[in-house]
Amino acid sequence: MVTCYNIITIAVNECRTQKLVEYFKAQMRKNPDMASAVAAIRTLLEFLKRDKGETILGLRENLTWATDCLTGVDSSVAVSSGGELFLRFISLTSLEHQVCCLLPWEGVCDLTLAIANLCFSVFQDLSRCKKVMEERGELFLEKISMSRTKVAKLCHTFIKDGTKILTHSYSRVVLRVLEKAAAEKKRFSVYVTESQPDSAGRQMAEALRKLNVPVTVVLDAAVGYVLEKVDLVIIGAEGVVESGLYHKIGTYQMAVCSKAHNKPFYVVAESFKFVRLYPLNQQDVPDKFKYKADTLKTVQNLSEEHPMIDYTPPSLITLLFTDLGVLTPSAVSDELIKLYL
Amino acid sequence: MADGGVTDGPDKNDDVERAKCEGKEMTKEEKQRLRKEKKQQKKSKEKKDDAASQESEKGKKSDGKSSPASQPLPKPTTQKAPSAVPAPAPVPMPASEAPAPADKPAKSKAELKAERRARQEADRASKQGSKKGEVGPQASAGKPKAPPSELQPVVKRLPEHMQVDNPDVLKKLAKKLERQQIPLRLDYGYKVSLFSHLHQYSRKAPLTQQLSIPSTVIHPAIVRLGLQYSQGIVAGSNARSVALLHAFKQVISDYTTPPNEELSRDLVNKLKPYISFLNQCRPLSASMGNAIKYIKKEISNIPSQCKEEEAKRKLLNCIECYINEKIILAAKAIAKYSIEKISDGDVILVYGCSSLVNHILCEAFEKAIKFHVIVVDSRPRLEGREALRRLVQRGISCTYVLISAVSYILPEVSKVFLGAHALLANGYVMSRVGTSQIALVAKAFNVPVLVCCETYKFCDRVQTDSFVSNELDDPDDLIVTRKGKTQLEDWQQVDSLGLLNLVYDVTPPDFVDLVITDLGMIPCTSVPVVLRVKNVDQ
Repeated sequence: MVTCYNIITIAVNECRTQKLVEYFKAQMRKNPDMASAVAAIRTLLEFLKRDKGETILGLRENLTWATDCLTGVDSSVAVSSGGELFLRFISLTSLEHQVCCLLPWEGVCDLTLAIANLCFSVFQDLSRCKKVMEERGELFLEKISMSRTKVAKLCHTFIKDGTKILTHSYSRVVLRVLEKAAAEKKRFSVYVTESQPDSAGRQMAEALRKLNVPVTVVLDAAVGYVLEKVDLVIIGAEGVVESGLYHKIGTYQMAVCSKAHNKPFYVVAESFKFVRLYPLNQQDVPDKFKYKADTLKTVQNLSEEHPMIDYTPPSLITLLFTDLGVLTPSAVSDELIKLYL
Repeated sequence: MADGGVTDGPDKNDDVERAKCEGKEMTKEEKQRLRKEKKQQKKSKEKKDDAASQESEKGKKSDGKSSPASQPLPKPTTQKAPSAVPAPAPVPMPASEAPAPADKPAKSKAELKAERRARQEADRASKQGSKKGEVGPQASAGKPKAPPSELQPVVKRLPEHMQVDNPDVLKKLAKKLERQQIPLRLDYGYKVSLFSHLHQYSRKAPLTQQLSIPSTVIHPAIVRLGLQYSQGIVAGSNARSVALLHAFKQVISDYTTPPNEELSRDLVNKLKPYISFLNQCRPLSASMGNAIKYIKKEISNIPSQCKEEEAKRKLLNCIECYINEKIILAAKAIAKYSIEKISDGDVILVYGCSSLVNHILCEAFEKAIKFHVIVVDSRPRLEGREALRRLVQRGISCTYVLISAVSYILPEVSKVFLGAHALLANGYVMSRVGTSQIALVAKAFNVPVLVCCETYKFCDRVQTDSFVSNELDDPDDLIVTRKGKTQLEDWQQVDSLGLLNLVYDVTPPDFVDLVITDLGMIPCTSVPVVLRVKNVDQ
């Protein structure tokens, strides 16, 4: 009897997982320019709408399970951080003021339970509560869709006529920034690293050629060679942590070289990529971010795999451009505390 | 007039003397009488000065104005005393002044105030400077219509314990302690010139020797605590704070509100001499300062309708909660975060004996993480031995070295865990002397440095070096006897020799990679954010 029940729940879960993943992949296909985190949040919103749960706690658990699912599909830091922020935004912010005065700073062991109870007691009606959460979810989605534009607006002023820019691998945010700068009729040229093992740099070069920007593809090993010609380095981010940055492998080298050459090292990132991790060195990067999701599932001995992500400490970063403003690396922690509070 | 007050002085004097000898705490009336006597003595001295100055300026027209002004002047301080003895004298004076500019009564009061202030300043100047009587009447003549609100330059006052080489500050401290009936502890031995602004006490002369237990106003629990502090029996930031809070619990449960007094105000006043006493035994730490601020706030927030029993119960409960939340639960939270940072095969370096770091390592060992610990120790306290004892008892494998060998073993170390005495508002870490040295060498070897600190140790102070505010321990601790020979036995005789036993030092935030608090892991530069959030909550 018990085993029968287990099998049924497993089957149901698998079905749900499949549907979820399908929707997510469909979203990614529909709009390839959208960040994977945005697609994930769209999926979560749809999941929320379709969820037939009876309790708030159940709802929250389901959402957490869905986020984990999506992280299993696309192992990027942004998906997990975006999911977490989405959850917090819909359940916390509207009740922010009531929450802050009721809950003491340290004494909350189960924040989620407290929020759920508060939410329910305020609204006394699950359907109304869900409606509010959905509205807030839409609001959140709208906000983050605008974030790339905001970042581009802040950053393009740092690109002047005659600037030579170095960038790493394919980043849609950096592309948007360069688009904006080109639209402002600025003349600049770009060096892109090839970024093995997936040669994403070539994709970036193609996109830039379409904008009529002079672009040169260089080897990953040629970063030190090219840096003396370059004026500034702009890169995107996979995730922004309290003590620095996660990005495609090769970023750390670039950062160290640009520090040695005294060239400014700028990072452009949307705020949903902020995550409350604190790595101390390369070894501290969690495996689930370092390797692709399918690699983690299939391969036995991870030490023979090439990592996809490396960690750059904050002392090598000059400035971060986010939709929250232009931040120094030490201000990131301040923003994180505000975001996750 | 004033003489009326002096005549009943001698009788009251005996009462005060008796009270002092019996050691009973002086009642409020007796304290007021003492204050009054002192002021009358001061006033008679000032009168002599006034007479001298007035004689030298007889011809001035302003004499008419200055004499009524001078009489209210010596009395303003005595007017504070609720008893009515000197009151009749100045009252007719303003009354006589008032009809004169009858159309502007408010202005005359302001004028009087300005004159009074001018006279006060003039007297102060005349006492300090060489000019005796010229400044006085001139000043009062020159500014009879001075605006009452004169802007004085704002001078930030340094705390007393950092100004030991300033005799005025010492005098003020002596007066304050005399008022609170606490003996003054004398400094011992020659102080190195860079640190001559700090106190240096000898452990062989504890403050309690000058107290006689039956005739002391200090609660015995506090006396015991002070002795434990000064002899080093209770040492370590957390231990001292917890001991302080337990002693205060004892004080509160033994407290009874005197008649016609409010608990919220009287209890705070009762605590002040205790805190001065503890400060004399050993300078207060930042964590103790925060705990005291919290208690004072709780006491003053007690509503006046509250019955005494209930109020005491509430306060005891508050203290229990504080200890539980800020120290015990915080340690658990910090251990939870720290364990994420300890992985199998780590070699962890610790310095001295920090209760928090020991707790973390024991918890990590229970979670079956395999790591090795290197304990670094230094003279003269040799606290590392205590840490070593605690860790080995649990079964953790340890190595023991002295601080001089730190650069030798650091290549083998994967992480450094340090405790903190306080975290300053600009991100600097104040900890046992030697900590900044270890952080510096670790940075040179690229080894991550993690500082573990509860949030109740965060303080608003800013410091960039270890000189301005520090603690000097007993210099005799540095003397060591080896093979029956004590080389430094007569160090006081040698003029050019000074022994310096510093207790704390300050580590800049560039050397610290991570601070683990009960609020999570934050970089060192985020300490002001935490302070701001805490202030908003409170």
